Amino acid sequence: MKKIIKRPRALKDVPTHYCPGCGHGIAHRLVAEVIDDLGIREKVIAVAPVGCAVIAYDYWDFDCSEAAHGRALAVATAIKRVRPENIVFTYQGDGDLAAIGANETLHAANRGENLTVIFINNAIYGMTGGQMAPTTLLGQTTVTTPDGRISQIHGYPLKISEILATLPGVKYVERVSLTSPPEIIKAKIAIKQAFKNQMDKIGFSLVEILSACPTYWGMSANDALSWMKGTMSKEFPLGRIK
Amino acid sequence: MNDKILMSGNEALAEGAIRAGCKFYAGYPITPQNELTAYMAVNLPKAGGIFIQAESELAAINMVFGAAAAGARAMTSSSSPGISLKQEGISYIAGAELPSVIINVMRGGPGLGNISPSQSDYFQATRGGGHGDYHCLVLAPSSVQESLDLMPLAFNLADKYRTPVMVLSDGMLGQMMEPVSVHSPQSTVHSKKLPEKKWALTGCRGRKPNVVKSFYMQEGGLEKFNLSLQKKYSEIRNKEQRFEMTNVKDAEVIIVAYGIMARIAKSAMQDLNNAGRKVGLIRPVSLWPFPKNAFREIEKSKHFKSFLVVEMSYGQMIEDVLLSVADKSKVDFLGRSGGGIPAEAEIIDKLKKIIRR
Ligand SMILES: Cc1ncc(C[n+]2csc(CCOP(=O)(O)OP(=O)(O)O)c2C)c(N)n1
Ligand code: SF4
Repeated sequence: MKKIIKRPRALKDVPTHYCPGCGHGIAHRLVAEVIDDLGIREKVIAVAPVGCAVIAYDYWDFDCSEAAHGRALAVATAIKRVRPENIVFTYQGDGDLAAIGANETLHAANRGENLTVIFINNAIYGMTGGQMAPTTLLGQTTVTTPDGRISQIHGYPLKISEILATLPGVKYVERVSLTSPPEIIKAKIAIKQAFKNQMDKIGFSLVEILSACPTYWGMSANDALSWMKGTMSKEFPLGRIK
Repeated sequence: MNDKILMSGNEALAEGAIRAGCKFYAGYPITPQNELTAYMAVNLPKAGGIFIQAESELAAINMVFGAAAAGARAMTSSSSPGISLKQEGISYIAGAELPSVIINVMRGGPGLGNISPSQSDYFQATRGGGHGDYHCLVLAPSSVQESLDLMPLAFNLADKYRTPVMVLSDGMLGQMMEPVSVHSPQSTVHSKKLPEKKWALTGCRGRKPNVVKSFYMQEGGLEKFNLSLQKKYSEIRNKEQRFEMTNVKDAEVIIVAYGIMARIAKSAMQDLNNAGRKVGLIRPVSLWPFPKNAFREIEKSKHFKSFLVVEMSYGQMIEDVLLSVADKSKVDFLGRSGGGIPAEAEIIDKLKKIIRR
């Protein structure tokens, strides 16, 4: 039998700690495949987030740094400035990138740092037990919005990608989703583009990935995918934003 | 050759860092240390380094984290309220064992306080400041020359022990100008014996991937790591105590003061020495580790009456002095804060009272 797909070299052969149906595992794999495809494993430096993916460095097989909650883009800025020949990327959740780290995100983007950002939007805080994120949808219940997110009290879902796209320093923004094999292939193409941009010194590139958190959405893995296709993608339309 | 140039304490810290091979600086403006940031903006790029004006102190210290993780000699500077914001990052830097240098040009607090010189961040500097079981090595210059001279030492200690080193200055020392010998022997890099940075993030060509982290979830993992940190700290306690002693032999009273306060105290001491009074001075240069060894011999002298601790705070370093003498000696105190600075005359008055007692 011919082997047509194998574990990417950039991904360690270890089980992950993610819940069944979680998008983090798929996103990790896509990043690893892209790094293999581009042949940059020995040049990459990743900055792992604080959030469910906090130990991404236990799964990826290349140099990685941690960052304090929200500060990944400050850490990455310095790594890239010190080592411009390396390929530096951050991997951040919506709490990390859009709440506590919003300032670091906005300013690294506005400086036009030649970085790649993988932004996992699961509309909730996973690691701390399902609290409201800046990206939580109106009406969505979380442990801190027990009656659903209400705009007058909690504000509106924050569209980081659209906001960043207005900045001249930002060169590429695309929103993708992990709901079906074709969508996952599109996600991989976008991630590859974001890495290629850095290799070609084009500048700040961000891929927002809609990703399921069945555990704290209180849904089965299948229902989570339907909710993403139906409800979540309406609030966060897929496609190239810049 | 006369190689003296006139510079401010803040500029001397910056120049010292550049001479020490600092290759990365990120900072955010705050008075009274702005001359340092401006000096770096002009001169660090000329020396082949990277200067970034960060969007906040949080960003600045985390940029230092990143630059240090990537193997560069990295530094930031700020003043009291800014250093409070940097504490999160300093804790992470200590936890990830990244060498880096942090300068605090202290001003009055708490809160926004004022921009007058102060020494009221001593506890914050020497006790950790951020969360967790860690220490920064803390060095305190007391002249503009020493501001320059201590910087190579600060970077070398940071690299040697893979630890954050804090240089504690204050608004007076930072802003005053003095002639400085830029080619003093101490101001040159002497880092030949330092270990290679094999742990740095450079891309994993030809080796296993490196991970820079401070996160230990497995049972017992963090305790094991913290014990290794404690071992490092006890080595630092033993080997890195630094102090200056003046006229302590036969002294009746010995002043203990650091930084700019030690300069003022020294004048008071000299005045009384000229009048035939036996007064000495201990000036801690390392505040952590606190130079306990300096106190050992003195207590055996028959003439000795008391230590007088003088601080630009209401008593912070005095706690380390009390721990060092462990109830064996009398310890007096003179302190002011919030812009008040113990004057030479006040110190002399206090010393006379102690001698008469
Ligand atoms: C300074 C600080 N505040 C709060 C936390 C607690 N915390 C850990 S992860 C997290 C939220 C993560 O959510 P997100 O970035 O959306 O990632 P997810 O877990 O959903 O993948 C929070 C608040 C922390 N570690 N540090
Ligand atoms: S809590 Fe949510 S985001 Fe975290 S691992 Fe589980 S499914 Fe994934």
